[in-house]
Amino acid sequence: MSKAADTPVLRARGLRKEYGKGEGLVRAVDGVDLDIRAGETVAIMGPSGCGKSTLLHLLGGLDRPSGGEVLLNGRRIDDISEKSLARMRRTDVSYVFQSFHLMEELTAVENVELSALLAGRSPRAARRRAEQLLDQLGLAERMRFLPSALSGGQRQRVAVARALSNEPLIVLADEPTGNLDSAATLDVLQLFNELHEYGQTLVIVTHDARIAATADRMFAMRDGALVDQTRLTGGTTGKLGALVGLED
Amino acid sequence: MQQEVVLAMLAKEPSHGYELRARLRDALGPLGDAMNAGHIYVTLTRLEKAGLVAVEASADRSDRKVYALTPDGQQRVAEWIAEVSWPKPDLAEFHLKLLAAASAGLADPLTIVDTQRRELLRRLRDAQRAAMAEPERSNAALLLEGIVLRLQADLRWLEACEQNWTQRRSGS
Repeated sequence: MSKAADTPVLRARGLRKEYGKGEGLVRAVDGVDLDIRAGETVAIMGPSGCGKSTLLHLLGGLDRPSGGEVLLNGRRIDDISEKSLARMRRTDVSYVFQSFHLMEELTAVENVELSALLAGRSPRAARRRAEQLLDQLGLAERMRFLPSALSGGQRQRVAVARALSNEPLIVLADEPTGNLDSAATLDVLQLFNELHEYGQTLVIVTHDARIAATADRMFAMRDGALVDQTRLTGGTTGKLGALVGLED
Repeated sequence: MQQEVVLAMLAKEPSHGYELRARLRDALGPLGDAMNAGHIYVTLTRLEKAGLVAVEASADRSDRKVYALTPDGQQRVAEWIAEVSWPKPDLAEFHLKLLAAASAGLADPLTIVDTQRRELLRRLRDAQRAAMAEPERSNAALLLEGIVLRLQADLRWLEACEQNWTQRRSGS
């Protein structure tokens, strides 16, 4: 196998984030090791306050660690300059947030093309890519709508289209269904399955079991540390019958 | 599966065993795959012995048996439809396992919670994928949604167990 295939898209080693000092010291992230391979969907689950959002911020370069390393495609990003970090956030990593973070005064297609423009695409290429993505995500009819005219599920679809518009190495999602009702959650679930089939590398931080269950691997996080991991693929369909009284 | 389920499927009209199987497959989708094909015929034979169904002469003169409800069978179906029943998840057993493990120092309750969560998440993944593969509003999709919702409820309770045992361990 080539070196490129061996290198995880994202790697963390001994990652730490601390707040405060002395008695008030909080270890939000406490020695995390993590390898995410290309095309993988990984879910990180844990109760609120366990440090999972902080971990996601460290992985995507939104925040600097107190210690340890983060490598994106084999290159350190925890100690690079603010300028390089900003460039990396525009081109290599995308976020999907709980509260969508769309620009309310821009239409759906303008929201989506913006991140491609920031990543350095020509206006024409950015618009073409944005229209294509919205079409793929079933929003062809609503491209010129403002976010306020869209449902929660549709807004999250626009946010996902925006996350994909700069063709990032990895998409990081922070409680992507936190603000959605169950029908819209199903919509996002379906969407993440499609992204997975398309080969997009995806890390999802969530306490929603339905979203976590779309992943290939799941990590449980407690008190800043990853305490359990499991592969969810290679399932148990036979046993589903037991849940409805069809089998013993 | 309960005999009453097979009995109730005959309430609409007298049917061959294979017709009942086809209806079950439609109602259960992928969950029906796990069922033993011979089960329905064994059940029909038992119901016949109990006087709840009777074999009618086949209209197409094939040697396949057509089963019909007897008056007793109709009575039993009516009772079954009116019964209130619901499968019971065995939460007490798991709860007592955590307590026993903790008090005797047999295992860390949080490790037991983690193990249980892995299994439930795998099932949730399977159920969700099966549900998404079904056409919208199919009978099987509705059943799978029930499984998904139950698993979600169980996983939420596990979350509560996790928080509770984390607090107990840290002595707060």
